[in-house]
Amino acid sequence: MRSLLDISDLTVEEIDALIAKAQDIIEHPDQYAEKCRRKKLATLFYEPSTRTRLSFEAAMLELGGSVIGFSEAQSSSAAKGESVADTARVISCFADIIAMRHPKEGAPRVAAMNASIPVINAGDGGHNHPTQTLTDLLTIKREKGRLDHMTVGCCGDLKFGRTVHSLLGAMSRYEGVDFVLISPEELKVPEHVRSDILNASGVKYRETESLLEAMPELDVLYMTRVQRERFISEADYVRLKDTYILTPDKLENAKASLSILHPLPRVNEISVAIDADPRACYFKQVLNGKFIRMALILMLLEVE
Amino acid sequence: MLIGTIVDGIVIDHIPAGRGMELYGYLGLDKLNCEVALIKNAPSGKRGKKDILKINEVIDLNFDLLGYIDPHITVNIIRGGERVEKRHPDLPDEIRDVIRCKNPRCITSTEQEIQHIFKLTDRENRVYRCAYCDTRAK
Ligand SMILES: [Zn+2]
Repeated sequence: MRSLLDISDLTVEEIDALIAKAQDIIEHPDQYAEKCRRKKLATLFYEPSTRTRLSFEAAMLELGGSVIGFSEAQSSSAAKGESVADTARVISCFADIIAMRHPKEGAPRVAAMNASIPVINAGDGGHNHPTQTLTDLLTIKREKGRLDHMTVGCCGDLKFGRTVHSLLGAMSRYEGVDFVLISPEELKVPEHVRSDILNASGVKYRETESLLEAMPELDVLYMTRVQRERFISEADYVRLKDTYILTPDKLENAKASLSILHPLPRVNEISVAIDADPRACYFKQVLNGKFIRMALILMLLEVE
Repeated sequence: MLIGTIVDGIVIDHIPAGRGMELYGYLGLDKLNCEVALIKNAPSGKRGKKDILKINEVIDLNFDLLGYIDPHITVNIIRGGERVEKRHPDLPDEIRDVIRCKNPRCITSTEQEIQHIFKLTDRENRVYRCAYCDTRAK
């Protein structure tokens, strides 16, 4: 019995197999409509994340399974002080698989250590969110037809953005991937990402403060939100915020084949004027998130 | 106890200077009834200075813990006034319930009765990380 807690729990071969499975689901949805009949997914969400929870629930329903769970800690036994370990043991009696979101880092691992059913980490604080990374990978694969030999630009908050860190980790395992890291000085990738991911893998990368300057070489642009509270001074925020907002004029020198991704929700970092541009992939990404979760549920439940 | 005249006991030698007291606490030596001596800043050929712990009883030692502190530590078992065994601890792959995670956002800060587990993630640089949140041990 396996769980998915961290994207690095999966080998490149397993990720490729999950993506292939998701693509097969997209092409033959009817063949999967009964695969998880009589199986139950428990969505244990200790903090609200409607989009992620609905994506998991839709995935299970489309596999013919059903869903139980809670969507915030107040409505669960956690409000009465039950430990994550005990909740995991109890839920193992009711469900076949758990998707857990928790504000504390490592909570899904505690659940996996105590559950007798697979546990999927659906986001644990600022730590991991592996199904978001799988979603990003499936999107890139579908848009580009490959995951190797491309230049990926990551823009915005690269210091605290966990989705960026795990995307860097996952993509650096493919051959010929170069990164352009686009951020203000204050929000550059932290030292541990530099040493443990970028330098450890030997991947080619460069850093720049200018989105405009980086644009022409990018095959993929991964946007993240630059949050006001991340800046020490209001003046710095005001000075920099517009630099990292994607507007149509910034796309003038972009490749026609560029794919623009964003983990959503966006606030204002991508202008709505871009939504109609064929290069915008962030809403397709949401749909892909459901398909990759379907593939993951099948894999963890060992359903062929 | 005269320093250096243990009949049956343990001498933990080559402890990095300044960490003897920490090790004293980790090993729970305060709970022993036998004589225990901590020698700080003893001269050491290899590193200039070292700490030494002398325990006047042969107790069970947590070698994983010693290895975590420093694999260069030497454990000498003394019986009948003679050294009968000399051991170096290995660098453990994992340490349990020795140190705690300092990350306030880690589940170990709120979950009751949880094992505090750290895993060796970089042998060369002796880096241990929390098994739950990946925060590096200090
Ligand atoms: Zn921790």
